Amino acid sequence: MDFQLTDEQEEICKQVRALCSRFPDEYWRERDESGEFPWEFYQAIADGGWLGITIPREYGGAGLGITEAALVMQTVAECGGGTQACSAIHLGIFGLEPLIKYGTQAAKDKYLAPILRGDIHVSFAVTEPDAGTNTTQISTFATRSGDGYLINGQKVFITKAQESKKMLLLTRTTPFDQVEKKTLGMSLFFADIDPEAVEIQELHKLGRKAVDTNMLFIDNLYVAKEDLIGEEGRGFYYILDGINPERILIAAECVGMGKRAIERAVQYAKEREVFGRPIGKNQGIQFPLAESFAKLETAELMVQKAASLYDQGQPCGKEANISKYMAAEAACEAADRAIQAHGGYGYIKEYDVERYWREARLFRIAPISQEMVLNYVGEHVLGLPKSY
Amino acid sequence: MKVLVTVKRVPDPETTIRVKSDGSGIETDNIKYVINPFDEIALEEALRIKEKLGAGEVVLVSIGDSVVTEQLRTGLAMGADRAILVGCDQDLDSLAVARILAKIVEDEGPQLVLMGKQAIDDDANQAGQMLAALLGWPQATFASEVVLSDDQQAVKVTREVDGGLETIGFALPGIITSDLRLNEPRYASLPGIMKARKKEIKEVAAADLDADMSPRLTINSLEPPTQKEAGKKVETVEELIGLLHDEAKVI
Repeated sequence: MDFQLTDEQEEICKQVRALCSRFPDEYWRERDESGEFPWEFYQAIADGGWLGITIPREYGGAGLGITEAALVMQTVAECGGGTQACSAIHLGIFGLEPLIKYGTQAAKDKYLAPILRGDIHVSFAVTEPDAGTNTTQISTFATRSGDGYLINGQKVFITKAQESKKMLLLTRTTPFDQVEKKTLGMSLFFADIDPEAVEIQELHKLGRKAVDTNMLFIDNLYVAKEDLIGEEGRGFYYILDGINPERILIAAECVGMGKRAIERAVQYAKEREVFGRPIGKNQGIQFPLAESFAKLETAELMVQKAASLYDQGQPCGKEANISKYMAAEAACEAADRAIQAHGGYGYIKEYDVERYWREARLFRIAPISQEMVLNYVGEHVLGLPKSY
Repeated sequence: MKVLVTVKRVPDPETTIRVKSDGSGIETDNIKYVINPFDEIALEEALRIKEKLGAGEVVLVSIGDSVVTEQLRTGLAMGADRAILVGCDQDLDSLAVARILAKIVEDEGPQLVLMGKQAIDDDANQAGQMLAALLGWPQATFASEVVLSDDQQAVKVTREVDGGLETIGFALPGIITSDLRLNEPRYASLPGIMKARKKEIKEVAAADLDADMSPRLTINSLEPPTQKEAGKKVETVEELIGLLHDEAKVI
């Protein structure tokens, strides 16, 4: 067991930190207010080659693992960018895996380079209003039409659809009642977000205003046969591959955000004097921060364990799920305690901790609710009967 | 064109520096180290020269024990082609540093040596000037702009001097030390970091260079700056003027 980062991993953290120092809290506060996408940050990340961190070298990426990607995401969150920064680049950092693993050579040659440069944004369109976590119940349908498919349906909670030209779109190609197994009969497409056929409606939310979340109404969207990823009917399995790494990265983002909140609270507790002494002298201030920090450090260990197992090709469902659970809890609690340590100022936007709090809250729900994680642990790790 | 860039490992300017209680040095626990920021500017200038010419070589040189490798890797990740680490575990004063560098310059034969105007740890601001003297080369210190002639045989350097700018020119080879406003250094990209791990860091022992490293300077003690006392708040401009006149006696 080796808990040391390699020199290269240290260098990655150092350089990402240096890049993020150009985007201080004021930048993110301003984006949170205006809702404008953080273009400058996104471009700086693309220019630094960071979007390609896990993409194989033959496609111009760095070919590194989820361990390194997690370090990048944790660092980005820890520098104050929080979920706005992470969500802006999250999909570019990892979400392209199905395209890389199962896409046609032509699609990879055509799209990976511009995605890496930051020229093409991609959304991930799986969730539906009537299906939610029960993905096999999706009803968006692709019907064969000429040399391709015509797609109709609705998707919800689609991040960055307004910036994106393309989406990884999961649809049924065989109706639910005609398949042998409920996970069959779904297909994954690398589809255009064609404004003629896709109506985008933004959903207004608690936090992360700079990165849009949308409803998509898909009306006769034509997708060429070449844009089907892998085999027809097996799409569900292609997205399944990405679920553990996604949880690991989200957990890393939570750890980063929680640490940032604690850092700000500590700084404030040292400076703020009430009753003639810094408030940090009081155990009532100190203990909650110390305890939160301990929880974040522990969650970080689980993130790294899960990432390391994934990179070694080992099963990591248990670790990935637990890391997401623990990190989300720790981040929410840390952000809440950071507000508490700030007193009334914690409720004021200028002090940023309320923004971390609003953003961290997302991860007790997304990409999967804490309760569904516990269901996984209960059923698949502890061997208890399925509860839902 | 070959450009040699010197790199010194110094405490991160953003860390809080504490002087040891006996004044013999600074506390080194929990200190992060970086490339001396002025050296980083020098490296950026060297990289820009190479990129503009579309050819050439940027070679880093640093003196110290193996931990300095960390800063050399960062410099290689920024884009330098290779590095030389002069292994040495004793403290060196500026003249000893200049003498070691002179040996490296004789060996490497660069057309240009780019250095930071000073290191932010001891602020000596001497190594560049001493190296120029030892080599008998022209020097331009405190550079805020460097323009290479079309035939690459000479440079024109704008220097930041008291009350203005001075532009001087000389034929290469020569030495330039960078001031703060010369450029804004780049961050290493991920592909840069990946390439850096394959680049060469050549190690040579300082003892083998036949350079006189005997110390001419001893540090007797270090003291932290005196704590600033809290300021005073005044209600009116009149009160402020009164205090400046009567108490501070500055007007």
